[in-house]
Amino acid sequence: MANTLDQLVEQVRENRIWRSIFRSGTGASNLHRALFVQQNVFLHLFSVKARKRTVGFSATWYLGAMTFGTFLILVITGILLMLYYHPSVPQAYADMKDLQFVVSSGVFLRNLHRWSAHAMVFLVFAHMFKVFYRGACRPPREFNWVIGVVLLLVTLLLSYTGYLLPWDQLAYWAVTVGSNIASAVPVMGSKIRFLMLGGTAVNANALLRFYVLHCVILPFAATLLVAIHFWRIRKDGGIYAGEPAIEGKSE
Amino acid sequence: MSEDPKRTDTPDTPDEMSRRNFFIKMGVGSVAVAALGTTVFGYQYLSPNVLYEPSPIVDAGKPDHYPPDSVTLDPQTAIYVIRTAEGFFALSAICTHLGCLTAYKPDLGIIACPCHGSKFNKDGVKIEGPAPRPLPWLRMWLSEDGNLMVDRSNAIAIKQLVRV
Repeated sequence: MANTLDQLVEQVRENRIWRSIFRSGTGASNLHRALFVQQNVFLHLFSVKARKRTVGFSATWYLGAMTFGTFLILVITGILLMLYYHPSVPQAYADMKDLQFVVSSGVFLRNLHRWSAHAMVFLVFAHMFKVFYRGACRPPREFNWVIGVVLLLVTLLLSYTGYLLPWDQLAYWAVTVGSNIASAVPVMGSKIRFLMLGGTAVNANALLRFYVLHCVILPFAATLLVAIHFWRIRKDGGIYAGEPAIEGKSE
Repeated sequence: MSEDPKRTDTPDTPDEMSRRNFFIKMGVGSVAVAALGTTVFGYQYLSPNVLYEPSPIVDAGKPDHYPPDSVTLDPQTAIYVIRTAEGFFALSAICTHLGCLTAYKPDLGIIACPCHGSKFNKDGVKIEGPAPRPLPWLRMWLSEDGNLMVDRSNAIAIKQLVRV
């Protein structure tokens, strides 16, 4: 049974269409495996080879990977939520309530989006602590740390802009307070607040601006930065494996 | 890259610009001008010229709607209309700390902010909390048909009561 399944898989992989998509060909040699990673547009961001201890749990606790996982969940559930949500003053709150009580699986998707957002913020911080205390932010990886800090900011801005969208009292006053904090910037503070809200108070323009930031601008920025972040790991010699002295002890 | 003596675009004298350098400078310069223009246009585009927001001028109704020695909050317009023995005045109900809507506590006779605990007296003067400024007095006047009018965009420095 297992044999025939293997044969079937092999047949599919030998198939002309399959080969036209995946050029690396069949075979399980290191070369084939390396080619499979190198010739895939997504996987080629990563190294074709990794040290064994860097792929184990203890090196990273998989915190970065889990952060990316929550980001993927947020993108997928977010796109689905967009199908029922109108970013307008009369409809936003009602649409959010419809998602909770009327739309099939709406409450599941909304809660998944919400909890993943909380989890992502937590995981970003945990990932940063892990990277910092392992010393993985030191040269040559210092620029990737900087990209990571920008990604932290983007994550927090995504959280903040998403917070307004339910358009309830909590959202309204949180963004009122937040935008007044922005206006404490010297000289141009009130101008920043005006541009951020598209007006002098949290109103229709603010809701629309936060929606566009939340659904288009910030996710696009995050995707771009995440791609650079992953690619830099490869360029900086793979995931940090630890100090040589520690290496000698652990192996 | 070695210098080729036959190249025509190298300058004869040191202070003369080569053709290539000239075009590089022109290119960089025009990109810089375009970037500056885009910044200005972008800023202008992002600042709305017309705001569809409620008018700052509020009609607070007839003075005799307000009982003597009372503090009345209108949460829609975020103003207090305060009637004392001497006359009327209007106070902004928006906390000067971070913009929350304050509330009057009749049993304590103070105005309190629910967000971060600032407290003010009935004149808007801060009693305690993080608020950096007192609640501003707003310009108030009587309209021709005898209604109290308040301009929320106009804070007055000199406290004046409207006598009816």
